[in-house]
Formats: sequence, C-alpha cells, structure tokens
Amino acid sequence: MSAAASLPENAGAAAAEAPLLSVSDLTLHIPMPPHVLRAVDGVSFDLRRGETLGLVGESGSGKTLTALMLMRLLEPPLAALPKGRVQFGDTDLMALDEARMSALRGRAISMVFQEPMTSLNPVMTVGRQIAEPLVRHLGLSAREAAARAEEMLRLVQIPDPARVARAYPHLLSGGMRQRVMIAIALACRPAVLVADEPTTALDVTVQAQILELLGELQREMGSAILLITHDLAVIAETAHRVAVMYAGRIVEEAPVAALFAAPRHPYTRGLLASIPKIERVPAPTLPEIPGMVPGAADRPRGCAFMPRCARAVSGCAAEAPPLDPIAPGHRVACWNPANG
Amino acid sequence: MAETLLKVSGLEVHFPIRSAFLRRRIGTVRAVDGVDIEVARGETLALVGESGCGKTTTGKAILRLIDPTRGSIRFDGEEIARHGAARLAPFRRRMQIVFQDPFASLNPRMTVGGILAAPFEIHRIGTPADRPERIAALLRTVGLRPEAARRYPHEFSGGQRQRIGIARALALEPELIIGDEPVSALDVSIQAQVINLMKRLQAERGLAYIMISHNLAVVSHVADRVAVMYLGRVVETAPRETLFFGARHPYTQALLSAVPEPVPGLRRTRQVLQGDVPSPARPPTGCHFHLRCPIAQARCAQEAPAQRIIAPGHAVACHLVAP
Ligand SMILES: Nc1ncnc2c1ncn2[C@@H]1O[C@H](COP(=O)(O)OP(=O)(O)O)[C@@H](O)[C@H]1O
Ligand SMILES: Nc1ncnc2c1ncn2[C@@H]1O[C@H](COP(=O)(O)OP(=O)(O)O)[C@@H](O)[C@H]1O
Ligand code: SF4
Ligand code: SF4
Ligand SMILES: [Mg+2]
Ligand SMILES: [Mg+2]
Repeated sequence: MSAAASLPENAGAAAAEAPLLSVSDLTLHIPMPPHVLRAVDGVSFDLRRGETLGLVGESGSGKTLTALMLMRLLEPPLAALPKGRVQFGDTDLMALDEARMSALRGRAISMVFQEPMTSLNPVMTVGRQIAEPLVRHLGLSAREAAARAEEMLRLVQIPDPARVARAYPHLLSGGMRQRVMIAIALACRPAVLVADEPTTALDVTVQAQILELLGELQREMGSAILLITHDLAVIAETAHRVAVMYAGRIVEEAPVAALFAAPRHPYTRGLLASIPKIERVPAPTLPEIPGMVPGAADRPRGCAFMPRCARAVSGCAAEAPPLDPIAPGHRVACWNPANG
Repeated sequence: MAETLLKVSGLEVHFPIRSAFLRRRIGTVRAVDGVDIEVARGETLALVGESGCGKTTTGKAILRLIDPTRGSIRFDGEEIARHGAARLAPFRRRMQIVFQDPFASLNPRMTVGGILAAPFEIHRIGTPADRPERIAALLRTVGLRPEAARRYPHEFSGGQRQRIGIARALALEPELIIGDEPVSALDVSIQAQVINLMKRLQAERGLAYIMISHNLAVVSHVADRVAVMYLGRVVETAPRETLFFGARHPYTQALLSAVPEPVPGLRRTRQVLQGDVPSPARPPTGCHFHLRCPIAQARCAQEAPAQRIIAPGHAVACHLVAP
C-alpha cells in the first residue's frame, strides 16, 4: 500500500474556529523538600476541532504530567496539587467532581499511552475492553457493543478482528496492542484525543502505520489530537501546530511550518539543529546544546534555559519571560528571541 | 578499504525454547541465522534493523558473551568463534561494548572510580598507585571532571552516565567497540554530544566501531558502511551514501521510507509495510521477507536468496536485484 504523509487539508479552516479545548495556566508544583519541582509551570494552549497540536520537549519537560492533569488522571498525592483551567465547551474540567469527569473520560476526551501493556487489562479480552466504554457511556447492549468492538478493530486495521477480539493483550505484538489502545480510545468518537508518545516504543515501520492510521481516523471523525512526543520528525509529519516545552513551560508555539522554518526561541533553534538528518554529505559534527536540563534544585529563578543559552542577556536571570505573540499564531517566551 | 579487523561469516545463534513444564526443548529461536559482516580498522559499520532482528545477539556473539551455534569470527586474522576462556582473554581487551541503558549497565553500589578501575584490575594493568591518574585521564577524555571518580552513577544524568560507559570501554585501549544503541535512550540535544564524542575518539584513536542502532538518522551521521538486518539475516550491505540514497533491497527501501523526516509538508509517497515482523521461532521459508515484500514472487517462498555483490562494497540478498 502506498499513502501520502498525513497532513489534513483543513488546517487553515480549523484555525478560524473557536477552540474546542482551552488550557490556561496549568500548573503542578511538586514539593520535594527542601525544594519544589515546578514540573508544570503555567502551561496554556488551545486545541481546535480537527487539528493536531504537537507537544514536544525532552524527557522530564512536563509533557506527560500536563496530559494527566487535563485528563484528571493524576493519582494521590499529586492529584491534589494541580492549578489552572481546562475549558472544554462550557465546562472547566479542573473543577468537575470525579463522577462527572469519568462520564466525559473515554467518551468526549480520551487518552492513548506510550506503553499499551500498562494500560490494557491483562485478564480481559480485547473485545470486552473496547466494548466496555460503549456500554458504559453510550448505553449499548452487550451484543451491540461486541459488534461495534469488532468494527473498531477492523477500523484500526487489525487483521482477523473476530479472532483478535477474543484474545488477551499479551498475545499481541506491540504494534497490535497500540492499535487496540487506539480502538478503545476512539470507540466513542471522542472530540479530543490525547496521545502520549503513542509510537515511541514501536519500530519505525509500525510507527508509520500508526501515525497514518491516526491521521485517517482524525479526518474521518474530526477529532482534535494533542500529540505528545519527544520526536520532532514525528511532529513535522503529523502536527498542524507545535508547542515546545522546556522545564515545565511552553517556550514557543507556532504553526508547524513556521516553527521549523523560522524558530525564534534559542532552545527550539538548538533542538532543531541537533536532530540528525539523513543527508548525502553529513556535517562532520552535529550541533550540540551544551549542558543539560537543570534539576529541581538548580533551576534558575528567571529563564530556565539561561545556563545553556548563548543569547542570554542581563534580564534573563531575574524573571522568566512570558509567552507572548511575536507573529500571527506564533508565541515565544524569550527576552532576546532570534530573528525569524 | 583499510586492513580488515573483523570478519564474521555464516554466523548463527540459536536459542532453545523450553516448555514451562519440565523445561523440555520444544523449539528454536533462530536469532541470528547466517550473518556475514566485515569491519576494517578505524571504520564504523552500522548494524540496523527493527527490534528482534538479531542485532544485539550478533554483537554479543562477536564479543563471545554468548556462544555462536555455527559460523566463523576472525579477529585480526585469528579464528575466535570456538576459543575457550584462556585463549579468549587477550581478545577481551581488544573488543569492548557500550550498552544502550546507561542506568542498568553501571553498578549502582560502586563509585565511578571503582567502575573504571575494574578493567585495570581484572587485566592486571599498571599498579594500584598509578590507577587514579589513569582514571582521571579517562574521565577527561570523555569530557568529565576527574572529581567524578568519587561519585556514584545515580548522581549523573543519562548523558553523563553514557560518557562513563564509554570511558570504561576505552580503559583497555581496544581496537573495536560495539555500541549497542548507545544513544537511543538519550534526548536529542544530549544524543548529539555523545555522537560527537564517539566520532572524536574514533578519529583520535583509530577505533573501529560496530554501531548497533534502530535510528537510521543517527546511523547516517556515524557510519562508513551499513548492514541492514531482517529476521536474523543481513539483507543489504553498502557504503553509507549508497545505502541511504541508492538502496536496492525492498526491505531497506521500505525501512527508509518509514523514517519520519523533520521537514513539515514533505508529502512524500510512503511505502507502508503491512503486518508485523514474523517470529524468529517460526521464520518464513525461503526469503524471510517474502510475506511482507511488495514484489515477492513464487520462488521467494521456496529459496533463500544469497548475498550478491552488485557494485563494489554493495551486497544485496534478493532474487530480483541484479547488478
Ligand atoms: N509522580 C511523580 N512524582 C514526582 N515527580 C514526578 C512524578 N511524575 C513526574 N515527575 C517529575 O516531573 C517532571 C516532568 O515529568 P513528565 O511530565 O513525566 O515529563 P515528560 O513526559 O515530558 O518526560 C520530571 O522531572 C519528573 O521526574
Ligand atoms: N537469551 C535468549 N533466549 C531466547 N531468545 C532470545 C534470547 N536473546 C534474544 N532472543 C530472541 O532473539 C531475537 C533477536 O534478539 P536481539 O538480538 O535482542 O534483537 P535486536 O537487538 O535486533 O532487537 C529476538 O526474537 C529475541 O526475542
Ligand atoms: S530569555 Fe534569555 S536566557 Fe532565556 S532563552 Fe531567551 S535569551 Fe536565552
Ligand atoms: S527475494 Fe523475493 S521476497 Fe525476498 S526481498 Fe527479494 S523479491 Fe522480496
Ligand atoms: Mg512522558
Ligand atoms: Mg537490541
């Protein structure tokens, strides 16, 4: 089979609509005596119908915690700590009680995790796991739900769906399990899908299959996708807009083409420069970002990137820069951004 | 090509599958099923392929960390595939490995100094008195401060730990280092640091590398030559540029077309492979790739294709690829 890379055509049209999900000032400060880890530190973004927003950043930058907060899936003792708003239609998800939230979760907004085995139930057949939200949320009968489950398996391109529906997760390959996770997440046709590193554990050929599939399902269902990944190449091929996280904050946000063509934040520039690309004549050395991400104890008061930044100016140490517009649809959090 | 340092031919590594009950042998995993590769002094051969295709097992068999079932491993002209411990000892110094997981591969209860002293102690090199100086020199070589010797692995970040792993591999001044996914667990900005370090060390010391990786973009930056594996066999070997821009094996082509590129809006045609890699416990007959190959013919299911040289340094194992 041959298929083009999956960039939906309606990106421009989607941009004009009101956001489906609006995250503002999401914050999670974790006490780690004698320090406080500002794991997520005032994250704001919008997600519109039919679009894919890529949330990219290195490990530890706060991507997964951001996702778990907006899904309201943090467990104690962290569950009591989040601050901020997640506006979904006319409800603030952060203010809902668990009963109302679980009525939305898996129905209007669902999540796919990096490691499907930890989120699939090992002692329940695949078919039952897909049918379960259909019965619970949509009130389908067991028979209707079983039939729909098989249909979902076919939709995510699992060969022999009737047989796989009766199988237990451990019998499936990594790629098949991730398809099953996607089938469960999309069974109720949610408006929003949060996918946290959905292909990171998979080989490239399987990754290509899964990304292709997500793109097709999005075009068919019109869902908005928050695609979390550390892989900028995956973002380049699948997202419409990108938000780059560093040390708990979004440091730059832009339409995908603008971000790759003219990154303004020094960290984004460094990150893009350091990705190895397949070229006829590779550079003898890869550009590096010196140093490493600061830990909770040694994170500077001002801009967290300062110890590694070649453009740092005197103000950078005192105060963290706000995420401000620098061009239409393009925001950057930097006191001395690079030229576009 | 420079002088050959390593020549592996017909390497096979089979693992028994035992029943849970009574541990009887009920089958065989053909993890490595006839691998031929060569590495010249000072060059980097990359070994690529999807998980489970036998890269790690090939690397461990070359180092004689696991016993080959069949085949030949010649290091610097000497056949070592069946050497016992005593005759292997001098070769253990000359070949080293750097692992993927810098967390699992360093003993958490030893200081970095202790970890780096071990190779000298085991091989009785130098005197206890000159060890601190040797260790300090190693740490400087990989871009760490000598004071690191007093600290424990958990006090370091992933990238720094990988530097420690590299320092340990360098201690005995090997001629060949096998890197088993040495940068796969690192973030891109740190990955670049470690790749640059490994390239610098190679240039300074004339090291040969076998770089095992599933990341083709990384490979394209470090390799002189590339060998592509599928289900225990090498399907294509070529110089770097030929492999990335003139691959001939249908599997290599599919693999390359699946690699995402950091260029938005690049609407290329992608050849998406169907299905999963079959299990090496039940490999397909004939060409191992025939169940997923877009151009397979009847013959492919019956006959395994031999490697054929189609251009200097370029070998392909496919019935339909002719010079
Ligand atoms: N349950 C937890 N308790 C304490 N710290 C945590 C917990 N989960 C994550 N963290 C820390 O919060 C930071 C952000 O983590 P995470 O959101 O998982 O990052 P990412 O997904 O971007 O790799 C990291 O420094 C991580 O160590
Ligand atoms: N000790 C072992 N016993 C049984 N099977 C093994 C063992 N080690 C590896 N295998 C199997 O051999 C195949 C090749 O594994 P490996 O060499 O680790 O592949 P790669 O490094 O390319 O991912 C896999 O199917 C793996 O499950
Ligand atoms: S705010 Fe200052 S230190 Fe931070 S990225 Fe911008 S220039 Fe660099
Ligand atoms: S030998 Fe046949 S099945 Fe194997 S790669 Fe060539 S054409 Fe495809
Ligand atoms: Mg994460
Ligand atoms: Mg391996």
